[in-house]
Amino acid sequence: MNWNSPAEFFAMGGYGLYVWGSFGICALAFVAEPFLIGRRHKEIVRTLRRQVVAEKLEMENT
Amino acid sequence: MSNRLINWFKFASPATFYPLAGKMIPLFWTLAAAFGAVGLWLSFFVAPTDATQGEGYRIIFIHVPTSWMSMFIYMVMAGWAAMGLSLNARLSSMMAQALAPTGALMAFLSLWTGAFWGKPMWGTWWVWDARLTSELILFFLYLGFMALQASIDDPRRADKAGAIVALVGVVNVPIIYFSVKWWNTLHQGASVSINKSPAMVTTMLWGMLLMALCLWMYSIAMALTRVRAIILERESHTDWVKQLNEVKA
Repeated sequence: MNWNSPAEFFAMGGYGLYVWGSFGICALAFVAEPFLIGRRHKEIVRTLRRQVVAEKLEMENT
Repeated sequence: MSNRLINWFKFASPATFYPLAGKMIPLFWTLAAAFGAVGLWLSFFVAPTDATQGEGYRIIFIHVPTSWMSMFIYMVMAGWAAMGLSLNARLSSMMAQALAPTGALMAFLSLWTGAFWGKPMWGTWWVWDARLTSELILFFLYLGFMALQASIDDPRRADKAGAIVALVGVVNVPIIYFSVKWWNTLHQGASVSINKSPAMVTTMLWGMLLMALCLWMYSIAMALTRVRAIILERESHTDWVKQLNEVKA
C-alpha cells in the first residue's frame, strides 16, 4: 500500500493538482460524452414520433 | 452456400444493425467498468512510487491509454471510411462518423493530460516538439473530418469527402508513433515496445494495459451508442425506423 492516510492519497506527494487535474478531466469527459449522445438519441426519437403522429393525422383527415 | 455460415452482409444493413448494437452496448459498458476498476486500483494502490518522478508519474496510467486510443481510433475510423468509400456501404460510413468525436476526445485528453504531466516534470505546459505537435495535428484532423462532414448537406457526398480526408490523414499516425525516434524530442521514448522488454515494473505495465482496455471498451460502447443515433437521423425516412417500438409508442 502506498498511502498511510486519505489526505496523503489526495496530495499525491505534492503532485495532486497535476494527477487529479488529469484524471478529473477524463472522468468528466467520460460522463459528459454518454450524456450528450443520450440527449442526441432522445431528440431524434422525439422528432420521429412527431412525424409518425403527423402522418397518422394526415391519413385520418384525408 | 452453407446455411451454417453467418451472413455478414445482413449486419451491413442499418435495420439489422440498429437492434444488434443496442444489445451489445451493455456488454461493452460492463467490460469497461471491470477493466477500469482493476486498472485504477493497480494505478493508484499497487504500482509503486517512481524513483525520479514520485507520485506525479501516475498520470501515465491515463495519458498513455488516451494517446493510444486517439491513434487507434483514427486507424479504425479511416478503415471504416475506406470501406464506405470503396464498397459504397452506408453503415461503414456511419461507423466512421460515429468514431470521430470519441477519437477527437481521446486526442484532446491526451494533449491535456500531457500538459498536466509536462508542467511539473519539464516545467512547461507545452512545447512545439515533434510528438506534441503531431498529436495536435491528429486532433485537428478529427475536427476537420467532423466539420467537413457537417458542412455537406447530402450525407452520401459528405461520407465520400470525409473518407478522403480521413485516408489522407492516416499518414500522420506513424509520424506520431515514430516521432520520438525520428527527431530529438523532449518527450520520452515509447513506454512499451514489442521488441524489447518493458522498462517498467510489471504492475505499472498491467495498470496501463488495463486502463487502455477500459478505454477501448468505452470507445466501442460510445461508437455503438452514437451510431444508433446517426442511423435514426439518416434513416428517418424509412419504414423500419417508423415501425420501431421506441418511435411508435
